[in-house]
Amino acid sequence: MLLVDDVSAGYGEVTVLHGISIDVQPGEVVTIVGANGAGKTTLLRTIAGLIRPRSGTITFEGRDIGHLAAHDTVDLGVTLVPEARQLFPFMTVRDNLYLGAFRKDARDGMEKRLGEVLELFPRVRERLDQLANSLSGGEQQMVAIARGLMANPRLMMFDEPSLGLAPMIVKQVFEVIEEIVGMGKTVLLVEQNVFQTLSIADRGYVLENGAVVLADTGAALLKNDHVRRAYLGI
Amino acid sequence: MDIFIQLVANGLMLGGLFAMISIGLTLIFGIVKVINFAHGEFLMVGMYVVYLLTGWLDLHPYVTAVPLIVLFFVLGAAIQRFIIQPLLDAEDPHVQIFATVGLSTAMINLALLVFGADLRTTTGIGVRAPVHIGGVRLLFGQIMMFLSAVGLVLAIHLFLTRTFLGRAIRAVAQNRGAAALMGVNVNKIYIITFGIGAACVGLASALVAPMYPVSPTIGTYFVLTAFVVVVLGGMGSIQGAFLGAMIIGLVDSLSGYYIAPDLKEVVYFAIFIAILIWRPTGLLGLGKGSE
Repeated sequence: MLLVDDVSAGYGEVTVLHGISIDVQPGEVVTIVGANGAGKTTLLRTIAGLIRPRSGTITFEGRDIGHLAAHDTVDLGVTLVPEARQLFPFMTVRDNLYLGAFRKDARDGMEKRLGEVLELFPRVRERLDQLANSLSGGEQQMVAIARGLMANPRLMMFDEPSLGLAPMIVKQVFEVIEEIVGMGKTVLLVEQNVFQTLSIADRGYVLENGAVVLADTGAALLKNDHVRRAYLGI
Repeated sequence: MDIFIQLVANGLMLGGLFAMISIGLTLIFGIVKVINFAHGEFLMVGMYVVYLLTGWLDLHPYVTAVPLIVLFFVLGAAIQRFIIQPLLDAEDPHVQIFATVGLSTAMINLALLVFGADLRTTTGIGVRAPVHIGGVRLLFGQIMMFLSAVGLVLAIHLFLTRTFLGRAIRAVAQNRGAAALMGVNVNKIYIITFGIGAACVGLASALVAPMYPVSPTIGTYFVLTAFVVVVLGGMGSIQGAFLGAMIIGLVDSLSGYYIAPDLKEVVYFAIFIAILIWRPTGLLGLGKGSE
């Protein structure tokens, strides 16, 4: 479904990703784990079209998306739930969710989808007419995920959805992601929360200094000595 | 008491004029984040276009609002696309502001070349007709201006809150990166917004031209007040611009009578500074990115 082939990318003079190759098959949950600064966020931003790759190709369902702008990538059905939520702070939760459905294919049936998405997030329903910046961090993360779902994407990418949240809320976030997987969405998940992430992932890649150092199934990576030492502290 | 009511009415009408001129300015500032120093010159050019159209085609100035709105939308969109946008990647963002200053100077001199420095007066039947409401005497043209300003604020508010495009415009103002992730083409939104802001000036021109004679430097005269109004109301806030315009209009009218005509600017700038000390973001501004 998604094929990232030998991609290098970065900001200004700095190259962050050095020849990364990953692939995601339809219906899979694939995770990318790694330490701060390993290049996880840069990789997602490159796939989303916010950063242009310097070399290598990115294809989605057979189409080259490496050189598409972010707004065109969204139109193909690839949605990124960005790091730090990035809601529209002075708009209501409802307007934030409507904006999620901005892409052409998502506008029809928007109200119906809003109802479906709110089934997953009862707390968000209570907050629909409040300004996004009046919500707690956990509620904002739920809105960010709900907004991503409003685009009705085929591939949904999450960038550190548990960052800065209380353990109780982190648990809820992972439950929601599992429900989204259950809906048949393909998921690419970037996390620092390595244990929980690998537990729900079909496959995982370990990123270090902008390169893939390990690739295996989630279960196998959980047992891997290097992963256990470096990321799980066991 | 009668004179007071008359002065308040005059102030509100003047506020309508300031609001008409300020709405486009605050919209462009709030969304595109460009301070358009050529805004007054847009108005000046618009007033000349009204002058020419009424002269050639024998149209009523209010009828010219229709072609002017279209013309200025295209003009504004073209300026954003071909002048501002290529400068977006400039190392120093102030380059965009200087581009609009250059545009302003060029437009003033072009007008001087074409029309000379003499005042030109546009006539519009009925515009200067007095209208009596209660004990208050107003001009028909003033009432039209005020009602148009109210209508424009409402229309833009509904557009920004109720339509996909309007929501996308607000989203770009609040977080352009996230807006792109929603599928919004940010550059296209800037072009459309600049177009809408300029179209507001097109509408304003048709209303202002039959009330005030036009000269190449008339824009500078109006735009200084417009900047005060925009900052006072909260930069980027449409309702704020309307409120700011009403306050400046009232202060202008009341202080001109009760204090001294030559001191009215002193009074309204004093109030302006006092309000900014109390609320640095302006009356309805919520701070950065609040549009």
